[in-house]
Amino acid sequence: MSAGDAGRPVISVRGLRTQFGATVIHDGLDLDIFAGEVVGIVGGSGTGKSVLLRTIIGLNRPRAGTIAVFGQQLDELAAAERQMVERRWGVLFQDGALFSSLTVAQNVMLPMREHLDLSEGLMDELAAMKISMVGLQPDACNKYPSELSGGMRKRAGLARALALDPDIVFLDEPTAGLDPIGAAAFDNLILELQRNLGLTVFMVTHDLDSLNAICDRIAVLAEKRVIVTGDMAQMLEHSHPWIRDYFHGPRARARAAELEPKQPDPKQEDS
Amino acid sequence: MATLEWSEQADRVEVRATGDWVIARLAPLEAQLRRLLDVGGGDLHFDLGDLGRLDTAGAWLIHRTLKALEKSGRQVRLQNATEDQAALIARVAANDKPHPAEPEGGNAFLHVVAEIGETVLDAWRETRDLLGFFGLTVATLGRAVRQPARVRLTSLVYHLEQVGLNAVPIVALISFLIGIVLAYQGATQLRQFGAEIFTVELVAISVLREIGILLTAIIVAGRSGSAFTAQIGSMKLHEEVDAMRALALDPMEMLVLPRILALIIALPMLGFISAMMGLAGGAVMCWVSLDISPGLYIERLYEGVTLSHFLVGIVKAPFFALMIGLIGCFEGLKVESSAESVGRLTTKSVVESVFMVIVVDAFFSIYFAVLGL
Ligand SMILES: Nc1ncnc2c1ncn2[C@@H]1O[C@H](COP(=O)(O)OP(=O)(O)OP(=O)(O)O)[C@@H](O)[C@H]1O
Ligand SMILES: [Mg+2]
Repeated sequence: MSAGDAGRPVISVRGLRTQFGATVIHDGLDLDIFAGEVVGIVGGSGTGKSVLLRTIIGLNRPRAGTIAVFGQQLDELAAAERQMVERRWGVLFQDGALFSSLTVAQNVMLPMREHLDLSEGLMDELAAMKISMVGLQPDACNKYPSELSGGMRKRAGLARALALDPDIVFLDEPTAGLDPIGAAAFDNLILELQRNLGLTVFMVTHDLDSLNAICDRIAVLAEKRVIVTGDMAQMLEHSHPWIRDYFHGPRARARAAELEPKQPDPKQEDS
Repeated sequence: MATLEWSEQADRVEVRATGDWVIARLAPLEAQLRRLLDVGGGDLHFDLGDLGRLDTAGAWLIHRTLKALEKSGRQVRLQNATEDQAALIARVAANDKPHPAEPEGGNAFLHVVAEIGETVLDAWRETRDLLGFFGLTVATLGRAVRQPARVRLTSLVYHLEQVGLNAVPIVALISFLIGIVLAYQGATQLRQFGAEIFTVELVAISVLREIGILLTAIIVAGRSGSAFTAQIGSMKLHEEVDAMRALALDPMEMLVLPRILALIIALPMLGFISAMMGLAGGAVMCWVSLDISPGLYIERLYEGVTLSHFLVGIVKAPFFALMIGLIGCFEGLKVESSAESVGRLTTKSVVESVFMVIVVDAFFSIYFAVLGL
């Protein structure tokens, strides 16, 4: 991400309306995501977080509204230009969505093989490095997705999402199904990559720890649109009943009680 | 553009990286970096001062080069790296864990022999498993006969529509055309002996005894056998079959029985339609090219063809149906965890069931010949 992009939204959604048959999922949804920030999308189950992600990356056609990524409206681009945009993002689907007939290493190498002109040896090394980076053991490289656990599949999915060193990564519940240590390491990895590479992260999550630890901004999806965006402190103060329940519920309180004595707001210290 | 320049000084080599070292631009760098390994001796200073963007792939390339240089016993220093760049290179270096190589193939001759052995063993295991599956199906059927409530009626009706009703147009059309072809060929050959009139018997007997039902079975194997394998296979892929077992539901009862029963009911009916359409096709051709009017055609049918011809054909239908259904469901349940195996097993199911249908048909022919039917 070059410096010129800062301050301009990399993803800009305006007046989005999506529906399946007669069921309206989003109506008049606006959302801006700026370069280099980590945005957490929260919302109840079935409020359309995954659908929003799929719509932004062009897998669902919106009924109305515009979606611009890197300042370009995807549905107006020619196929080749569109592919150039698609190469600049990586996607981790909710259930990994690895190709079942390829090994983990081949899954990670596939986008490199298709889009770039690197030597076989280098691709091999890069794949092994990415796989290690997401916290998988080297012996996972030659395994097929069906031989992995759910959490391992998630990690492998992230490795594939990072294969082309994208500018934006879309993550659908990356820490769901990971053990707490693994989830923390995952958060840490994303945070570090975000810092070192200037990655923009669009993350759907239910994980209060992730929200706390790495999200610069939180967007709350309810009532078919993004009702509010802001940082953790703003969420804690917000009066909307769902937001209050979410951030002040029993789980949130337990977290807060743990964090309070040592450091009131870990986010503040990081930045 | 990502580039690399170096200059050899008296006691060291100065290397400067410029441009954006990002994955899309790395291809030319790789070769250059390899040449760098052979340049000069002594220390090496790797200067990142003019570097634009750096991503993990670029960082890896730097790390890899430095590692190779150090391994050849040279002092390497990284200069003017920003904090982020240094952090990135450090992270990449921490993840330098080459994955274990795939095990070697070994002796090629042994490999071929082993492959042949595997294939033979596989064929044997497959036959055994299929027989086991047949037994299981019969047992499930037996239970269903004693407790008819166990038959999933909705599912049965649905599959009857899919494999029976929806197959009628294609079966009818193909049979009609085959009737025409048979009549035409028969007429041309028999005309040489002045025996055109026997074309009617030729068409009727071959359609009723063999071709009608065989053709139907082959169409159904291609249409429904493959569908069974693909449906059950993708359910298996998404752990739906496991979920059924975990809910104490019997996949044999829920998935296999309705499909096989539907086939056993539908195939004789389709066979009947096929026979009638074949005869109709023959009638049309006889009328057009031999001037045998439909009335005369039917008269000759009454004279030359007995009910036993039709029964000999139609009695085979349930057996063909059983074969197609068994193999379709069996291969579907064998799907393991990859989308590719669904495709492979679907192909296999069609090939196997067509083969088995023909084998069973051959046995019936011998049997009827012995019985003198
Ligand atoms: N292909 C589809 N056809 C019809 N409806 C769909 C389709 N995909 C999603 N939906 C509906 O859209 C709504 C939003 O689904 P979505 O998967 O985005 O939920 P979510 O917010 O990601 O929930 P979760 O947190 O459980 O993952 C749901 O009500 C779902 O029923
Ligand atoms: Mg979802």
